Amino acid sequence: MFRQGAQNSELETTENMLTIKNLRVAVEGKEILKGINLEIKAGEVHAIMGPNGSGKSTLGNVLAGKEEYEVLDGEVIYEGEDLLERSAEDRARMGLFLGFQYPVEIPGVPMVNFIKTSVNEHRKYKGLEPLTAGEFLKLMREKKELVHLDSQLTNRSVNEGFSGGEKKKNEIFQMAMLEPKLAILDETDSGLDIDALKVVSDGVNALKDPSRSTIVITHYQRLLDYIVPDFVHVLYQGRIVKSAGKELALELEEKGYDWLKTENV
Amino acid sequence: MTLTAKKIALSEKYTELFYANQSKLDEDSSNLFNRMREIAFKRFEKAGIPGFKNENYKYTNLERVFGKNYRHVFEYEKVDVDLNEAFRCDVPQLDTHVVLLVNGWYYAKNQPLENLPKGVVVGSIKQIANEKPELVESYLNRQAGLSDDPMVALNTAFAQDGFFMYVPDHVVFERPVQVINIMRSEDPVFTTQRNLIVAGKNSQTKVVFCDHTMSDCEFLANNVTEVFVGDDAVVDVYTIQNQNNKANSVNSSFFKQGANSNLLTSVATLHGGLIRNNLKVEFAGEHAEANVYGISFTDKKQHVDNYTNIEHAQPNCLSNQVYKNVLDEDSVGAFTGRIHVVRDAQKTNAFQRNNNVLLTDSAQMNTKPQLIIDADDVKCSHGATIGQIDEDALFYLRARGIGEDDARMMLMNAFAHEVVQKIRIEPLRDRIDELVEKRLKGELAKCHSCDKN
Repeated sequence: MFRQGAQNSELETTENMLTIKNLRVAVEGKEILKGINLEIKAGEVHAIMGPNGSGKSTLGNVLAGKEEYEVLDGEVIYEGEDLLERSAEDRARMGLFLGFQYPVEIPGVPMVNFIKTSVNEHRKYKGLEPLTAGEFLKLMREKKELVHLDSQLTNRSVNEGFSGGEKKKNEIFQMAMLEPKLAILDETDSGLDIDALKVVSDGVNALKDPSRSTIVITHYQRLLDYIVPDFVHVLYQGRIVKSAGKELALELEEKGYDWLKTENV
Repeated sequence: MTLTAKKIALSEKYTELFYANQSKLDEDSSNLFNRMREIAFKRFEKAGIPGFKNENYKYTNLERVFGKNYRHVFEYEKVDVDLNEAFRCDVPQLDTHVVLLVNGWYYAKNQPLENLPKGVVVGSIKQIANEKPELVESYLNRQAGLSDDPMVALNTAFAQDGFFMYVPDHVVFERPVQVINIMRSEDPVFTTQRNLIVAGKNSQTKVVFCDHTMSDCEFLANNVTEVFVGDDAVVDVYTIQNQNNKANSVNSSFFKQGANSNLLTSVATLHGGLIRNNLKVEFAGEHAEANVYGISFTDKKQHVDNYTNIEHAQPNCLSNQVYKNVLDEDSVGAFTGRIHVVRDAQKTNAFQRNNNVLLTDSAQMNTKPQLIIDADDVKCSHGATIGQIDEDALFYLRARGIGEDDARMMLMNAFAHEVVQKIRIEPLRDRIDELVEKRLKGELAKCHSCDKN
């Protein structure tokens, strides 16, 4: 786990929860990410913004381990480990969580079985015993309340027949159950009305603590009124073209993305 | 040999077999059976064993398995079945009446069933056809006899024994009857089993057939089951096919439904060699409902072919069909679903779906819906899909820490669940869920009593 090499420069890296260096990724032969560099420390909230097609979701998916994505170059160090070497399931068990932009409906897989298997796989990875039925139900009740998830929904199949808002709440519910170290929320705000947005953000904020980090991928500034980022990055054509504090989000809201485009072309 | 010469040789083989053994077949059988033999055999001879040229058997060439040499069981063979071994395959918590059949014959040591509702008769069709012919005569071959399938005629020609059940009018027979069909032999055996279930008007009954092998040799079974569902009756017939992968079978089931009757029949195919299931439902009265389901899991060189035919001969009836197959390795599956709505069968509702998952590039699925609709005020639908595991769903599960193998298992279980959940006997449903999971994990093949694959 302890990497050899120049102590000083490494020290800086190991302080980061996540370090992305020159990450280049192709999908179906087309290069989408063209050299991403990003460092995230524990407790930080980073927002990644950018116009459609800039590669925001690709970044989220490749970090979570989706296999169709071809890593051309670069590395991702998460908690001192080479993340790209690990399977999707291991990344999850290591505390990385992707909140899906489009949560998948899986008819026939009951929500309860799904969450229970998921929670217990996480526990197994940490060398913990599976939760008893009682403990599990208690935990589920607590977390459902946190995101105001309709009790009936957990009696259904995974996401089956859930409305758009319910699906997003369900993502946050799962996040609350799994308590990840690094949560990547991919356009969690899309398709949410203002009330649902607030519920979802409250859920995210409730989980905030100095040991956890969040990457919020979003198109609009509106979510960032509720989940306040420490840093805002603008992704454009596969590169981070600007990074700044939370004020950047407001600037983007006001001016749109065009001024960045012209600045960088 | 040319193909035609081969076909003739195969046909002659059965001709010789029949005439050489006709007296033996007759000897110990009921006259109700004997009087049908010769006509049936002549019908069989006209078409012979179906090969690829037979449109109805396009995806399943029976010449290969019927061309081999088998021992035929023309009289009851005294056997001892270790009940514990046989019962390992039963359904725990399922309170059933259990009867065994061995190589197509009703097991002589079956205990008489106790506490049957008044008038209910369960037993050997051979014995009951002899002792109470009036219960059998008006039903035997009344549906199967109309079929032009040579395999059905071959069964009628050779049939001697099988399972029989009679439930009188207005009787609710709550406890399910579990029929454990065991194939056991040290050398390849050919069996012919003939079953008949008669459910009277406004009666209710449930039957579970479990097909097993208790030895590791080749088997060939050519079975026919006729089920008569009286007006207002509710009948469930479930079949679990879990034999060794060298056990081949043709199973033809005929259901005739009276007015306002409700049928649920479901087949789960887990292990076995070449399996062809023919199923026909005919509505003989209005407002009847038939729910017909099937699920199969195949691997290695297994071959499972379901062929259904729903005859909407009356107006205002409803049929639902869902067949699903999960095919692994080099296995082959087929589904042909025919729905025939006759002229004037208005307000018919007929729905059919066939969904398949191929797990390898070499697995093969053939699916053919056939809707023949001669009425104009009907609702009919059909749909077939052949696909792979949903990669997005797989990623979703894995992204929550569920390992790839477990995630695949969950998805396949979920795929099967739609069919399994229709089962109306809860412990049986749980048992089949469990069997499906074991099957997917490859554990069933290790079950000594059921499978030696």
